[in-house]
Amino acid sequence: MRQSNPRLNVSSERDVTVIELTDKKILDEVSIAQIGDQLNALAVQKDMPKMVLDFSCVSHMSSSALGMLITLHKRIRERNGQLRLCNIQPAIMEIFAITRLNEIFQICKSRAEAMESLS
Amino acid sequence: MTTLSGKVNIVSDLQAAKKAQARLMDKIIALGYGEGPAFAIKLALEEGINNAIKHGNGFDASKSVEIAYNMSHQEVAITITDQGCGFDPGAVPDPTTDENLEKPCGRGIMLMRAYMDEVRFNEQGNQVFLLKRNIPDTCGISEDTS
Repeated sequence: MRQSNPRLNVSSERDVTVIELTDKKILDEVSIAQIGDQLNALAVQKDMPKMVLDFSCVSHMSSSALGMLITLHKRIRERNGQLRLCNIQPAIMEIFAITRLNEIFQICKSRAEAMESLS
Repeated sequence: MTTLSGKVNIVSDLQAAKKAQARLMDKIIALGYGEGPAFAIKLALEEGINNAIKHGNGFDASKSVEIAYNMSHQEVAITITDQGCGFDPGAVPDPTTDENLEKPCGRGIMLMRAYMDEVRFNEQGNQVFLLKRNIPDTCGISEDTS
């Protein structure tokens, strides 16, 4: 099953919601609010949601985008779910490392590794 | 040597900010800045202007943000000034401490400092000066993050 939201490509594999962020730049607050609303809506659709966020298209991110991801992570945890981030480009990975958020999020190299870690 | 300088005044609106940033980035790319420095400047511009609109002017439509720039092939200097009452950058909590790690905000200044060569606030705290030197074939991260 594949759904297309304006800024996300959403598909289901087994019981996992796989979301590809389609924006190259997740910088401005307006876009971030839209993405956050869509992700949070997906997170509350199921109990114990399992979600993989694929960053392969993303080349720029701001601190507001990090905040949006933290909020999503908390929401998923509150519902006893699991979140994996994958395919993060080196420049973006650097932002996660500088902010130590690589210690909070479970970051996988590939979508396959992320799926494997959720099984 | 090409040197570009000027000032842009925008209303406290994020769409206006987006357009102003895009125009500035076009100039910076045209000056020959590579992927790493351009990434850093774009990130710092986004954080600085957002802070000015959100925290400085509080989205007050009657207040504006001034973006002054002076750029050459060697370096880009940008000064962002809001019309708010300012803040003490030294009082902003460190977002990388364990107790702040899961807070959704408070990382903008840290990212600016990590990616730019110089980040300075005026005494009032309503103006930030950003400087990035154009060093080809380097990543966006500055070695001096003070």
